[in-house]
Amino acid sequence: MAKEPFQMTVHELHELLKKKKISSAELTRSVFQRIDAVEHDVHAYITLTRDLALQQAAAADSQIKQGAIAPLTGIPVAIKDILCTAGIATTCGSKILENFMPTYDATVIKKLKEQHAVFVGKTNMDEFAMGSSTETSCFGPTRNPWSLERVPGGSSGGSAAAVAAEECIAALGTDTGGSIRQPASCCGVVGMKPTYGRVSRFGLVAFASSLDQIGPFTKDITDTALIMNYICGYDPQDSTSVNREVPDYTRALVNDVTGLTLGVPKEYFGTAGIDPEVETAVWSALRELERQGATIKEISLPHTEYAVAAYYLIAPAEASSNLARYDGVKYGYRALEETGLREMYELTRSKGFGAEVKRRIMLGTYALSAGYYDAYYKKASQVRTLIRRDFKQAFAECDLVVTPTAPTPPFKLGEKMNNPLQMYLSDIFTIPANLAGLPGISMPCGLSAGGLSIGLQIIGNVFAEETMLRCAYCFEQNSEWHLKKPSLT
Amino acid sequence: MRITRIDVEHVAQLARLRFSEDQLVLFTEQLNTLLSYFDKLQEVDTTGIEPSTHAVSLCNAFREDLSRPSIVEDDALRNAPASERGCFKVPKIIEG
Repeated sequence: MAKEPFQMTVHELHELLKKKKISSAELTRSVFQRIDAVEHDVHAYITLTRDLALQQAAAADSQIKQGAIAPLTGIPVAIKDILCTAGIATTCGSKILENFMPTYDATVIKKLKEQHAVFVGKTNMDEFAMGSSTETSCFGPTRNPWSLERVPGGSSGGSAAAVAAEECIAALGTDTGGSIRQPASCCGVVGMKPTYGRVSRFGLVAFASSLDQIGPFTKDITDTALIMNYICGYDPQDSTSVNREVPDYTRALVNDVTGLTLGVPKEYFGTAGIDPEVETAVWSALRELERQGATIKEISLPHTEYAVAAYYLIAPAEASSNLARYDGVKYGYRALEETGLREMYELTRSKGFGAEVKRRIMLGTYALSAGYYDAYYKKASQVRTLIRRDFKQAFAECDLVVTPTAPTPPFKLGEKMNNPLQMYLSDIFTIPANLAGLPGISMPCGLSAGGLSIGLQIIGNVFAEETMLRCAYCFEQNSEWHLKKPSLT
Repeated sequence: MRITRIDVEHVAQLARLRFSEDQLVLFTEQLNTLLSYFDKLQEVDTTGIEPSTHAVSLCNAFREDLSRPSIVEDDALRNAPASERGCFKVPKIIEG
């Protein structure tokens, strides 16, 4: 049976668009038909931009007619609702930004527009990207397309679910402690966090500025490389973006890992909380990569067990400062019954933020407050240095670090909502790469007996995205996990 | 107890947040669970270790000091909950 357009990848569709076998308008309509059929169950989107998408598709078609077609021209993509889109509501999944209408585009949005990509809509997320399940969104949770009673991961759960449910061809998300890789793992798609500084954060609503990074969600590794080619690069408007040439990432897609040494950190296996099915799936992926020519080497990242504690002090500390801007004055929600200024601030913030955001603001404010700064924030920042050193030493003896993305397959909705610590521990394998600023990718490597996705995480050295993509591509070409789809009707 | 209810009330004031009685009880309990877990960090010897505030060290990202267009007044005020005569409108700040 021939595939419907919405079922295809960016690179397959690019070929069809180039040969004029399909128009972007037809493709965009196909994607919206799919949305009409499954969105009711999945709830991947906060806002759908159907009219805009059809206009953009028509514009892309006229570009193509003139022979000006780039790999993303006419491709329907979804955008996490934390990236500013001029004239399209950007809510961060929060009541406090419910009616916020950005007046400018984030740099990545500008870059996608220059390629004439088509914007399907803004995807659901944990409020201000704080969560690992997309349940803290004030618009209600997204459901996992593989099992509707389970979470899609988070915080970019809407983007991951939209790609998995084929409600878009590819999507953008953000990753502060695993918010791209963990939902990619939960939803059986590819998700990549580039090196810190590789992609401009201008127009990304800040959560934890020293950790946040934008990256793609795709159906395969080739599409990840294609999107990376267009979102990366130096931006004078983000002083932490790195001025470094952007390679053609598709040239890294070589089906061969001969000569690569893959480090397997012993701290990521056989520990409490890791599901045996996850371990089995990751080891069978490692064996496949070994058959393809890679060398497997056991390594040690001795400070791994401290990463969650360090992260959940550093990220909330940065968040408590970043979120001070929501004061009911310049934009967003304002509580109406105020009498004085201070009361207005307090009521606005108390009514505008949800419980998890408040919890993190409280944690961060406490960790930075007089008398506790040294014991918490400073200590966590020193441990961060030790975690960076662990990786530096590891990369002296291996090219890539390979681990599970998440300790378990996706859990049930509601399961961890009353237990913040358990929720935080689901980020245990993804957080270290953020603390060290390293690139990481998650790709499907198995299904549990219950039919739930399991993700393989590959972590590269700073700016070693190409090595990471080469390994990921080789595994993909020698496995079929990326071809498995959830059975949504 | 690492953090008491009084501490929680104090931190809430610093963060410009208000909590109901039930929320205060719950937050005190949850913050205590988290802070006890974070005590793990005290096991690590960090004597002489520099703290990292960023993963990739960049210092002094300079640019030319040139004037360039910025957000126009209408756009800047578009999302304001209240504005008047080109300004953000806020409740009275100075009493009396």
